[in-house]
Amino acid sequence: MSDLVGLFPYWAVIILMMTGLYIVIAQGNLVKKLIGLGIFQVSVFVLYIAIGVVDGATPPILSPGFNSYSNPLPSVLILTAIVVGVATLAVGLALAVRIRESFGTIEEEDLLPLTVPELPPEPEARP
Amino acid sequence: METLLMIGLLAALGALAVTIAFMDDLLVVTMLSGIFSFTCCAIFVLFDAPDVAFTEACVGAGVSTVLTLAAIRLTGRREKRVGRRASAVGLIVSTICGLALVYGTLELPRFGDPLAPANQHVAPHYLNESAAEIGIPNVITSVLGSYRGYDTMGETVVVFTAALGVLMLLGGSQARPLRRGDAPARADRDVILRSIATLFVPMTLFLAPYVQFHGAYSPGGGFQAGAIFGGAMILYGLVFGIDRLNKLVPERVLKVIAALGVLTYGGTGLVTLALGHQFLDYDALSPRPSGQQIGLTAIEFGVFMTVTCVMILLFQRFASRRSEP
Repeated sequence: MSDLVGLFPYWAVIILMMTGLYIVIAQGNLVKKLIGLGIFQVSVFVLYIAIGVVDGATPPILSPGFNSYSNPLPSVLILTAIVVGVATLAVGLALAVRIRESFGTIEEEDLLPLTVPELPPEPEARP
Repeated sequence: METLLMIGLLAALGALAVTIAFMDDLLVVTMLSGIFSFTCCAIFVLFDAPDVAFTEACVGAGVSTVLTLAAIRLTGRREKRVGRRASAVGLIVSTICGLALVYGTLELPRFGDPLAPANQHVAPHYLNESAAEIGIPNVITSVLGSYRGYDTMGETVVVFTAALGVLMLLGGSQARPLRRGDAPARADRDVILRSIATLFVPMTLFLAPYVQFHGAYSPGGGFQAGAIFGGAMILYGLVFGIDRLNKLVPERVLKVIAALGVLTYGGTGLVTLALGHQFLDYDALSPRPSGQQIGLTAIEFGVFMTVTCVMILLFQRFASRRSEP
């Protein structure tokens, strides 16, 4: 039982991660793919933070009267990663906007025939 | 009690993620992902990471949602239904990956274990020594600015570079000029919205310097303050119209300040180099711990400038672009 509770956060994270992966693979809309990537990204954040938790501890801000603190390192890594995440999301969205303006669609199945050039015909074999 | 809360919140996250996967109205999907981010904030608070919750609340739930909405306005709201084959491939791949990962977790230290290797390596040093070495109570700020100052500089540069990328992709010159018949890009006839924004924008703007300068003693710092300040300006732009926001904070000013922020960070490192110490070794500025505090204040201010301006720039570029007829 304690095993089950002790591993539950990791399993929840895996479910989120795989939902994100499913969206990225299965959905054809580029904006939807970016949202799926966002879910994947957030699940990684939760995983990092969950690893740093210490039972019965307080947040790592030193104050008299407390002597057990959670791990500060995951917080540092993730809080910068969140800001970087929104900046990269913006680049992705900008690409989607430009693709839509150039090709009139952001659906993958409509885009592929437009963007993959036809193979040049085989040169005839020389005698 | 805490365990129950954790299980409930994580289950809510799972339900939201699955709903997002099967909705094909992108407006609904975007709003749901905003709720998803807010639920994450609650989990971060529960997991002893208030700094992260702060950042996720303004960036994940606020700025990302607004940017995605602005993009949907330009790319269309409906998505095509997923084909059977793509759906099956996705399900199979993610199930196999998921099962492999679950197998991998069986050997992991249990949640909350104080003896887990992750909590034994450098964390005890940060917790026990930072009070003497840096002299501020918020260990997260110490690690962010001083122990791992290189990382943070890299992240600031990435944020700046991403803004450059968006500026190049959504160049101003290609946007078609406003024509007659375009919907007015302002909601300022809505009295309720306007009154609430008039109340909230100044309060939020004041919160930012508090979060910035109190970051040594409580959750906060340059990233959070920048996102809050940027978020307040975005709210102003949403309610009073993008044209007024562009007039209030012109793009050329924002570009210069964003670059100055990176320069402040890197410049602090160069100053310490010039004083004969290593790059970003703040002890060069003044003996411990006051040198550390001077250095931290400088680089946090640099981060604040870059993050604020990048957030506003991103919003301006997306919101100013007019959709093709």
